[in-house]
Amino acid sequence: MLTTEEKHKIDHEIGLVPSPKNACIEALKIVQQSHGWVSDESLKDVADYVGMSPAELDSVATFYNLIFRRPVGRHVILVCDSISCWVMGYEGIRDQLFEKLNIKYGQTTEDGRYTLLPNCCLGTCDRAPALMIDNDLYRDLTVEQLDEILEKYT
Amino acid sequence: MEKPLTQHIVPGRAPLSLKEYEQVGGYQSVRKILKEMSPAEVQTLVKASDLRGRGGAGFNTGLKWSFVPMGPEAAKPKYLVANADEMEPGTFKDRVLLEGNPHQLIEGMIVAAYAIDASISFVFMRWAYKVAAREIIKAISEAYEAGYLGENILGSDFSLDMHLHTGVGRYMCGEETALLNALEGKRANPRAKPPFPQVSGLFGKPTIVNNVETLCCLPHIINNGAEWFKGLSKTQDAGTKLYGISGRVKTPGCWELPMGTTIRELIEEHGGGMQDGYLFKGLLPGGASTDFLVEEHLDLPMDYTAIQAAGSRMGTGTMIILDDQTCPVGFVHNLQHFFAQESCGFCTPCREGLPWVEKILLAIDKGEGKPEHLLTLDFHTKYLGPGNTFCALAPGAMEPLQSALKYFREDFERHIHEQHCPWSKAKVWQPSI
Repeated sequence: MLTTEEKHKIDHEIGLVPSPKNACIEALKIVQQSHGWVSDESLKDVADYVGMSPAELDSVATFYNLIFRRPVGRHVILVCDSISCWVMGYEGIRDQLFEKLNIKYGQTTEDGRYTLLPNCCLGTCDRAPALMIDNDLYRDLTVEQLDEILEKYT
Repeated sequence: MEKPLTQHIVPGRAPLSLKEYEQVGGYQSVRKILKEMSPAEVQTLVKASDLRGRGGAGFNTGLKWSFVPMGPEAAKPKYLVANADEMEPGTFKDRVLLEGNPHQLIEGMIVAAYAIDASISFVFMRWAYKVAAREIIKAISEAYEAGYLGENILGSDFSLDMHLHTGVGRYMCGEETALLNALEGKRANPRAKPPFPQVSGLFGKPTIVNNVETLCCLPHIINNGAEWFKGLSKTQDAGTKLYGISGRVKTPGCWELPMGTTIRELIEEHGGGMQDGYLFKGLLPGGASTDFLVEEHLDLPMDYTAIQAAGSRMGTGTMIILDDQTCPVGFVHNLQHFFAQESCGFCTPCREGLPWVEKILLAIDKGEGKPEHLLTLDFHTKYLGPGNTFCALAPGAMEPLQSALKYFREDFERHIHEQHCPWSKAKVWQPSI
């Protein structure tokens, strides 16, 4: 069930476009913002609300890598794996994260605290290597900084 | 040296508020066009300024606008979209403009919208630019309050609404017709052209999509004229350019400089030269989808004409340096992993060809390469080239590959003969998923 607040936000987005369907990505973002991800149930709710079939909406949802169709942890870590970060040696950061969190890409820690994902270029190449945790960007990264950064996210 | 686009941007300082921006001449161009110029006159001026698209394609902006149907018979509403998706690997110039001076972008968008008589505009911004999104939202709201956006702007009969749409990933969204599909709530597959977006774009209405840096040039062209804009350049391609460098230089960064500044000056004076212990081997001049240039090209001016004549493209103007301690095969492998992953999967050559290229590069990188692999790669550079795919993604992907096979072929051959990567193990590109 969509909450009243979610419906209110989706209605606002629908008001900006010719047809409710056109607001479906915004609607998915709104649902993901409140639940962390888009479950099958949420997908169906959104599809009904904007007048699409669940299959049609899922074809949109699964196209975009930042709409999560599987549960994620409380914090999502996105590690840039594109060219400038690779040239500047991002693998040390990646491997350290694998080891510290004891997970690989696409996995969530057992305590549900972090999900680790690779991401293409974050657009901060002059300060590579870089990663994002939730809404925060970290750059000029060294392996030594990781503990302190991870601690901020409980 | 004039730096019109970045003159009010101070790294680490909050961008100018609307009041502060007005005090340094902000929104003057909007007052000027509404009072003194017709949309046709704005189009003519911008065409005459030789402003070319800063997103990478380099098409004359005024000419692009001229294909939009005008007059009372034209379909309405018309749309203007600022392409702030900046997802080309190695590119970070629009971030500087978005975070540093959001009002300049809004002013440029009002000028562009007026020129094509658009009444609705969108900023399509990539998800990762959180600070930029916050600043743009704030600036749009200030601009509404001051009467630069909304109904009857500054008492004229011109009205414009502006909205921010933040994306949810995928490189494809930077391609203008795919971007329009994303804005419509669809999968970001590219569209067949014709019809071109100027005639049938967003929601089937006439639409212009312009890059952020392109739009930010407009207020200055309106205020200072076409000849002034041309005079900013060192060469025949007009204006200044936001250049950037990433990789093993001493001071990587982004700088606004006269168009046509040489590659050598960019690397040595602005980038501080190569880091100690690293030698220059090559570079991609304007993002991941441009052809390599090497030592012999260092004295070329970075502009559309000279870089194209050298067999590459200036692209976004933000260059990525390949140093002597980075494996060129690994470098290209990283790029092809990106392109294979980001292919929308709509057309067969791209969907099937790019993963094939990536697999071959993985084999070569791991020391399992065969001599015939190079021929298969050569084959792909032709069959995934221009004219064989639905959009420019795969042809763009082939640009660094074909030029790497040309300039660094010996390095590919060494991998195959020696059956291992001659560079240190740590520098083999491993996605490790």
